[in-house]
Amino acid sequence: MVDEYPGFGWAPYSAMLRRGPLELEGAPMEQPLSDLKILDFTHAIAGPYCTKLLADLGAEVVKIERPGIGDPARAMAPFLHDDPHPEKSGLFLHLNTNKRGVTLDLKTTSGQSLARTLAQEVDAVVESFRPGVMASLGLDYEALGRDNPRLVYASISNFGQTGPYRDYKATEIVIAAMGWEMYSCGQPDREPLKPGATVLQFQGGLIAAVATMGALTYARRTGQGQYVDVSLMETQAGTIDRRYQSLLRYQYSGEYTKRAVPGGMSIMPSGPYPCADGFVRFLTLPQWWPRLCEMLGQPQLASDPRFANRYNVEMKGEVDALVMAWCMERGKVKCATEAQSHGIPCLPVNTAEDLLKDPQIQERGFFVEVEHPVMGKTKLPGAPYKLKQSPWALRRPAPTLGQHNAEVLGALGYGPDDLVRLRGLGVI
Amino acid sequence: MIKLPLEGVRVIDICVVWAGPFATRMLGDLGAEVIRVETLRHFPALTRGQTLFPPPALYNMFPNNDPGEKHWNRGAMFNGHGRNKKSCVIDLEHPKGKEVFRRLIQVSDVFIENNSAATMENLGLTYETMSSWNPRLIGVNNPAFGLTGPYKYYRGFGDLVEAAVGHHWVRGYPDDDHPYHNTSVFHMDATGGGSGALAIMAALHYRERTGKGQHIDMAGAESAMPQLAQPIMDYIMNGRVQRTLGNRDPVAAPQGVYRCRGEDRWAVISVTSDEEWAGLCRALGRPELVADPRYATLLARRQHHDELDALIEAWTLQYDHYAVMHILQREGVPAGPVMDGGDANHDPQLVSRGFFDVAHHPQAGTHLYPGALWKYSRTPITLRYPAPCLGEHNDYVFRELLGLEAEDIAALEQKQIIGGDTYVEYKKG
Repeated sequence: MVDEYPGFGWAPYSAMLRRGPLELEGAPMEQPLSDLKILDFTHAIAGPYCTKLLADLGAEVVKIERPGIGDPARAMAPFLHDDPHPEKSGLFLHLNTNKRGVTLDLKTTSGQSLARTLAQEVDAVVESFRPGVMASLGLDYEALGRDNPRLVYASISNFGQTGPYRDYKATEIVIAAMGWEMYSCGQPDREPLKPGATVLQFQGGLIAAVATMGALTYARRTGQGQYVDVSLMETQAGTIDRRYQSLLRYQYSGEYTKRAVPGGMSIMPSGPYPCADGFVRFLTLPQWWPRLCEMLGQPQLASDPRFANRYNVEMKGEVDALVMAWCMERGKVKCATEAQSHGIPCLPVNTAEDLLKDPQIQERGFFVEVEHPVMGKTKLPGAPYKLKQSPWALRRPAPTLGQHNAEVLGALGYGPDDLVRLRGLGVI
Repeated sequence: MIKLPLEGVRVIDICVVWAGPFATRMLGDLGAEVIRVETLRHFPALTRGQTLFPPPALYNMFPNNDPGEKHWNRGAMFNGHGRNKKSCVIDLEHPKGKEVFRRLIQVSDVFIENNSAATMENLGLTYETMSSWNPRLIGVNNPAFGLTGPYKYYRGFGDLVEAAVGHHWVRGYPDDDHPYHNTSVFHMDATGGGSGALAIMAALHYRERTGKGQHIDMAGAESAMPQLAQPIMDYIMNGRVQRTLGNRDPVAAPQGVYRCRGEDRWAVISVTSDEEWAGLCRALGRPELVADPRYATLLARRQHHDELDALIEAWTLQYDHYAVMHILQREGVPAGPVMDGGDANHDPQLVSRGFFDVAHHPQAGTHLYPGALWKYSRTPITLRYPAPCLGEHNDYVFRELLGLEAEDIAALEQKQIIGGDTYVEYKKG
């Protein structure tokens, strides 16, 4: 099983530098990115998700954290047994799989010098500080790319490295309002709504990974690195969910998407419907009316002239009553099973608890287990994709703070005494 | 030397709706030659428009509210993500169409589709078959739940899969009949598109080293779940089932969306620290509130959130939604306008960064299009060509690329196996 943490003792960083790709005991197949090395100056959600995606595909990622405190995500819930502790954040655990962790105070000259040395050996640097911070530390693309022309350097920020909002602050809801289609999300007579949890920051990290991988591809083919400027606002404004369509509709006709009741365009059920034990969601097209009538057990309605015009929304109430009555006689899983057997897209509105118990998700082995030195064994979300030849794999848990200082800095020639000195000076 | 990262990489695209097309949109932006293989037998609903016979209520999807002669070449639904792609028409249900398709796969690097799992099986176009034609092929199947398991054949749009993976449960109005009034969002299409593009580039990277192509089984559901880490990990670690917080946040307070001056105008404000709270008090002209014990700490502000909301909205109502952002950001407070489609098209940040690209589309006219999702310093992403009209590149694919003889092309066209530019059902009217 490649999707399980094999629990091997990992090779020292120096050996990795000599040999190239790390040979993994217990990992049966080579991973797609196992020849790539990344130096990671990111924190919170978007940046770490970007480097996690690359690390999970095999890249060797060294994560730099602030001594003593570490990545702010260490202080973000949920925590194991609701115990706020820097080594017990489930969010941090998820976002930093397969990375090595090193602490460096980048405000010290020694810290900056160590960071520059590490950057000479890598294919990519990814950072998510406020614009200008890395330049003030002497760690910007200009500085690091000079001696490493193949270097790909990706910066992830709220609004990008240029423009009038460059220095503006943002959180998930600000990105939702400005980049995403929050305006048209929610009920027409109420306030607009953000999406759930922090999905947009995750999505920004995913797009940053695509951008970084594109630049790494170019560097592999030409030997030339480059700078990648990722604005979280733009990762949403250019995205597919509804935003680009709303933007383009305005260009085409001067109109744009507004908040609306789900499924208001036709008589067909679309949106959430209550059922016996919760809710299900439909999305159905007018041409599927005959299938829907079959599903409802009323095939005669397929030719009923009252429903011939599927855009006659005056008939919607009548159809909804039929669908709701059908749903209320069934639980959400049964609704979905029966609707799907008639070719009608319908799925249950699940909770996290439902997911962990879902037979499909269990059969595909989506959740993986990791053994963490402080948290012990815990489950984590697994692979977003199954690459059959060179799979996603969980090789190691998220690092504890400074866990790999000796290993990574040792490879640069720093002995145990040097590490004591660096620690004493607060550099690591 | 190549000018773009994926120059010379050919991608065959049988994608529908949004997730797959978003993946190939990014691959096209990165320089790949993306060729959509389309059919005239079925209108791809929610891909080249919502429906083959759009009702007047949908005319605002078209330039000047006019569907024109061939609306599927003029719709905002397709023309945004269709950029930097080509289109040819092959009837894959016909053995001779399949033969043409085989030749196309043999000269390509990547194949991607996101239909229901039954579609490709019924066509006999599994990865196993296609890789026997081209062992170096990287093939992606991206159905809702993947190619194995009891839900393998389930059909689901992004909106529905999000319900199934728990997103709908943690969004919506917290005071409502949860989650009865949630409108559609299609975040899974965004996660699927990004994941598809990343997986393909990783597989290309692997192929470069080893010469081996591979199959990628990508479930839409599985591409979305890693983005819901907080509710999932809270259940795993604490057995807690999180519910929606609406626009509020577990730690930032106050946080919300506030009505501004004007019709349906709103701004968001998100206070994540005591310093930002002090900044908000300054902006509100109420510096004395900083010392008020009711609001001094995060927990206190959470406790009095409703009264804070009233106080803040009384202030925001006096200002334009953009003004709220500028005033508060100057005081160091995260805030922004809720942008409608018009605001975003004129937004100074997007415009100043050159986010929009101009395209001259032969059937839709000249417009600005949402552009690249990131900026490259050396290999800038451009709109090289606009979304293809249906079958626009038939000649290029059949004659130039595959080298079919003119009489063979004519014979296949005559039998409607390849070529054409109008849906069969549309011709019937």
